[in-house]
Amino acid sequence: MKTGIRRTALGVLATLALAAAGAGYLAPAPYDRQFREEPNAPCSRRFPLGTDELGRDRLSRLLYGARVSLLLAPSAALLATVAAALAGGAAGWLGGWTDRALMSGANLVLAMPWMFLLIAVRAALPLNVDPGVSLAVTVVLLGGLGWVPAARALRAGMLRLVRSDFLLQARAAGCGTARLFFVHALPNTKGLLAAQFWTAVPLFLLAEANLSLLGLGVAEPMPSLGNLLRELESFHHVRSQPVVLAPLVVLVALVTCCQLAFPAREEGMR
Amino acid sequence: MIRCLVALGVLVLSGLAAGEELRFCLRADPKTFDPALVADEYSFAVQYLTGGVLVRFNRRTQAMEPELATSWKVDQGGRRITLQLRQGVRFSDGTPFTAQDVIYTIRRLLDPALHSPIGDSFRSGAGELRAESKRPDQVVLTFPAPVVNLERLLDQVFVQSATSPLKEKAGLGPFVLKEYKTGAQLLFARNPQYWKRDKQGRALPYADGVRLSIQANRETELLRFERGEIDLINTLDTRLYDRLQKEMPRAVADLGPGLDSEFVWFNQAPGSPLPAYKKKWFTSAAFRRAVSGAINRADLCRLALNGHAVPAAGPISPANQAWFNRDLKPHAFDPKGSLQMLEKAGFRKGPGGLTDSEGHRVEFSLVTNAGNPARARLASLLEQDLAQLGIKINIVTLDMPSLLERISRTADYEACLLGFVNTDVDPNGHMNVLLSSASNHPWNPKQAKPATPWEAEIDALMQAQAGLADARQRKAKFDRVQRILWEQTPIVYLLHKNYLVAVSPNLQGADPRPLAPQTYWNIEWIAPSGTRTISQR
Amino acid sequence: MRTLAGKLAGLVLTLVVGGLLGATLVRLAPGADVDEREQDARLSEASLAALRRENAAPDGVVSFYAGYLGRLIAGDFGKSRGTGQPVREILAERAPLTLRSAGFGYLLAWVGGLALALLLAGLRSSWLDVVGAGAAGLLLSLPAACIGFVALWTGIGLEWAVGAVLFPKIFLFSSALLGNLYGRPHVLQALAKGLSSARILVFHVLWPAVPELAALAGATTGLAFGAAIPLEVVCDSPGLGQLAWQAATARDLPVLVALTLLVTLVVKTSDILAELVRSGLRESRA
Repeated sequence: MKTGIRRTALGVLATLALAAAGAGYLAPAPYDRQFREEPNAPCSRRFPLGTDELGRDRLSRLLYGARVSLLLAPSAALLATVAAALAGGAAGWLGGWTDRALMSGANLVLAMPWMFLLIAVRAALPLNVDPGVSLAVTVVLLGGLGWVPAARALRAGMLRLVRSDFLLQARAAGCGTARLFFVHALPNTKGLLAAQFWTAVPLFLLAEANLSLLGLGVAEPMPSLGNLLRELESFHHVRSQPVVLAPLVVLVALVTCCQLAFPAREEGMR
Repeated sequence: MIRCLVALGVLVLSGLAAGEELRFCLRADPKTFDPALVADEYSFAVQYLTGGVLVRFNRRTQAMEPELATSWKVDQGGRRITLQLRQGVRFSDGTPFTAQDVIYTIRRLLDPALHSPIGDSFRSGAGELRAESKRPDQVVLTFPAPVVNLERLLDQVFVQSATSPLKEKAGLGPFVLKEYKTGAQLLFARNPQYWKRDKQGRALPYADGVRLSIQANRETELLRFERGEIDLINTLDTRLYDRLQKEMPRAVADLGPGLDSEFVWFNQAPGSPLPAYKKKWFTSAAFRRAVSGAINRADLCRLALNGHAVPAAGPISPANQAWFNRDLKPHAFDPKGSLQMLEKAGFRKGPGGLTDSEGHRVEFSLVTNAGNPARARLASLLEQDLAQLGIKINIVTLDMPSLLERISRTADYEACLLGFVNTDVDPNGHMNVLLSSASNHPWNPKQAKPATPWEAEIDALMQAQAGLADARQRKAKFDRVQRILWEQTPIVYLLHKNYLVAVSPNLQGADPRPLAPQTYWNIEWIAPSGTRTISQR
Repeated sequence: MRTLAGKLAGLVLTLVVGGLLGATLVRLAPGADVDEREQDARLSEASLAALRRENAAPDGVVSFYAGYLGRLIAGDFGKSRGTGQPVREILAERAPLTLRSAGFGYLLAWVGGLALALLLAGLRSSWLDVVGAGAAGLLLSLPAACIGFVALWTGIGLEWAVGAVLFPKIFLFSSALLGNLYGRPHVLQALAKGLSSARILVFHVLWPAVPELAALAGATTGLAFGAAIPLEVVCDSPGLGQLAWQAATARDLPVLVALTLLVTLVVKTSDILAELVRSGLRESRA
C-alpha cells in the first residue's frame, strides 16, 4: 500500500512538474496578457480558472507561476542542504573549536535580520536585470540563509555516528580519518540529508510565498505561486471566488506529495 | 448651513447623558507628538485631536473660520496679520491661553534650527519675524516678505503653551492624549477645558473620548468596521469600498477625486549613471509625450482603481476648483499618434520592438514602491500599454528607503511611478517640486541654472505668482505653468484617486469631505453610537 | 563549571559580533541615510540639508558601534530613529506580546508534534502514518502569512498560528527519528521478545532520541521568532516581529541592532541549554 501511495504522489509531482515545464504549450494565453474587457471573469471555457483583476488568465498564470516556484525551491534547498552537510558534518565530526566556531556562525546567521538582508540585496541589484538572474540571486540568498536548521540536525546526527560502534571498529581496523568521514560517516547521514532536503523544498516554496506576500518576491508581471497567493489576502474575495484558492491547492499538493513521495523515515539513519 | 445642521443634531442629542467613545484606525504610529514637527498623516491626526488652531479652514465651505482667533486681518500685501484672540480659553492643564503663547508658537516654528515643515511654509524671504502684542487679546505678526495665503497656513499651526510645565502635552484641542501604546493604540479623553460650546451651551466635544487603533491591514480594518468595532475609515481601498458598498450602502461615500495624483517621470538628471542614448530618450519631449499618449488612462482608472479615479491632465486635480486649468484635457489615448510622433523623432518599430535612431532597443526599468497593490496594478497596465508601442518595461518594486535613495541621491533609475499626496490647494504647495533648483524637483533636482528654457519659464512663473496678492493674476500664471507641464510632459500624470470613506450610520454629525482629515475634520461635533438610544426617543 | 564559563564567554562574543554585523548590514544597506520626511514638499532647502546631515552616516560603523556598546553596557539602548522613543521602552512594551505568542505557540507545537509522533510510532500503522504526514504536509504547505490570514479571519490567538507553523516541523522530524529508532534491530528484537511497549518507548526510543530532540528544541526557538515576523505583520499584532519589519523598512538602526542582539541572545541561550542537556546525558550515560 505504501508503494501505491508513493507512486501516486510521485505521479502527481511529475504531472505538476511537467505541466509547469510545458507552460508555454499548455497555457491558453501568455501570463501577462490582459483581457481588459474581462477583469475578474468567472470560470468559463475560455478562462478555466477565470481572470484576475487585470483580466489575466488565471490558469496561464498558475502554470507559469508553478514553473518559477518549482525552479526556485529545489535549487535553494539543494544549496542549503549541501551547505548544511559541509558545515554540520564538519562540526559534528571534528568537534572542539571547529564545532564551536561553525555553530556560532550558524547562530549568527539565524539571528541576522534576514528579511532585511533580502530587502537590501534586492535593492542593490541593477534595475534592468534578466528575470533569471534575479531568480538566481533569490535562490542563493534563500539557500544561504536556510542551511542552519539542517546543519544543526546534521551535526547532532554526526555526533551520534562518531560515537557509534561501527565507526569505532572501522577506526580500530586502521581506517584513515578522511576515508572514515567520506566513506563511512557522510554516506550514513544520507537519509538525514535527504530528509532535510525534502523538508527544505517546501520551506523554500513557502519562503518565496511569504516574501511575495510581503511584496518582496518575484516582480510583476511575472507570476510565482507566492505572488498568486496575494489574491487570498481578502477573505471576501476567497468566499466569492473560491477559485483563487487554486494556487494554494497546487502549493499544498506539491508540498504534500514531496512528503509522501520522499518520506523521511523510510531512509532514516540506519 | 453646517451650524444649522449641527444644531438640529444637537436638539436630538440634548437628552444624551454621556457620549461614548469614537473609534477609528491609524495605519501607523505617529512619528512625533511635537506639533511643530508634524509631517505625516498620523502625527497630524493626533494634533488635530489635541491641538487648537487660530483659524480653521472649513473642509465643507472651503472658507476660513475663527477658532482661537475671533477675527483677523491681513494687510501690507500679505506681510502682516493682526489676530484678535478669544478670551477665557485655557490649555488642557488649566494654563490660560494668552497672546504670548501665539508668539511663542510662531517663533518656535520659524526657528531655523528646528526645521519645521510648517515653519518652512511661512518662510518667504530672509529676515526676522516681528511679533508684537500691544493688548493681551491681540497679536500682530509681521513677516519679512509677503506670505501667500497667510491665514490658510494658520490652519496647520497648533498653538503651544509658552508657560505650561507640560510643554507640548498641554493642548487647546477637544481631546487630550491619555495613553499611548506603540503599535497598538492611542486613547484620548475629552479635554475638560475645551472652549467650544454648541447652541445649547453644551460643552464640546460630544464624544467622551477617542480610541485610535494602529492597524496597517486594511482588510482587518474593514472587518472591524463591519463588526461595529470602529466607526470611521478615512481612506478606503477601492476593492474594499466596492465590497462594503454591497453590504452597507449607507455607510460608504465616494467623495470624488481628491488632490492627490499618481504619475510617472523619467530621469533627466545629467549626472545620472544612465547610458547617453537613454538620457537622449528621456530628455526628448516627443518621447515623453508619445509615452503619455500610449497610456490608456481610462483603463488605468477602471482596472487599477475599480473606476474610483479620474484621468489626470496635470498636477492639479479638477477637485481643486480654484486652481485647476480647465482648458487642459488629459493626453488622449492614441497609440497610432504616439508611434508617428516617435517615428518623427527617429524611432523605428520593428518585429523586435521599438529601436532608436542608433539602433538601441527601447527598454527601461520602472521603479515603484512595494506594498501598494493599486500601484502594482498601475505598473502592470503601463507595461502592457507600452508593449503595444514596442517599448519594454521592467517593473522593479523596491522598499521605500531604497527607492528614495535612487531617486534623491544616486539618480540611478530610469523611470519612477509614484504618487503625490497633496494637502494644500494652493499652487505654493508645488513650489518645491516645480522649481528647477529644488531638491525635490523630481526629474532633474538641484539645477544650478534651469536646464531647459521651459523649466526657466516655470521657475519665473512660480516665483512671480508667489509674489502676487491678486488671485486672478496668480491663476493666470499658474495656468501657464500647467500648460507648459502638459506640453513638455516631464511628468506623465496618470490619474487622481477618489477619496473613499466609510462612516458608521450610528454616528451623528459626521460630514466627510474630500480634504484631509476627510471623515473627522469636525470631530468635536461628531457624536458616537450612544446616540442610537436618543434617536429612538 | 569551566565549560559553562566558556559557553558564557562564547555567548558574549557572539552577541558582540552579531550586533556589529547587524549594524554594518543596516548601515551599508541602500537607503540607510534616506528619510521619508525629505519628500515633504513644504520643507525649505535649508531644512532638507539639515535633515540629510542628521541622517548621514556617523563616523563609521565601528566607532558608532563602540559608542553604542558603551551606552548599552550602561543600560541605554539608544532612541528609535523613526519615533525618537527610547528603544528600551519600545522593546519593553512589545516584548511581552511576542514572548507570549512565540512561547505558547512553541509549547503547543512541541506537545502536539511530539505526542502525535510518539502515538504514530507506537501504533506503527502505515495508514495512520500517511494521514499524519498528510496533515503535517498540509500545515507545512501553508505559508506563515496564510496561516496569519486564517488567524485573522477566525480571531484565534497568534500563539495557535505560531504553533501551526512549528508543529509540522517538529512532528515530521521527531516522527522520522522515532520511526527510525523503532526500526532498529535491538528494538525489533525487544518487540519480538514481548518487552512492554512502554519500556521500549522510554528506554530504547525516547532516551536515545533526546540529543537530537534537544538540538531540534534549540533550532525551533529561532523558528518561533522567525515565524512571528510575517504573522505579526499580517495580523497587525504590535509585537517584536512587527517592530522588526517596521524597523527594517525604516532603516531604524538602533531598533534593528537591539532586536538582533535580543534574538541572538535567545537563540544562543536555548542552544547552550540544549548543549548542557546533551552533555549532562553523556556524562550520566558514561
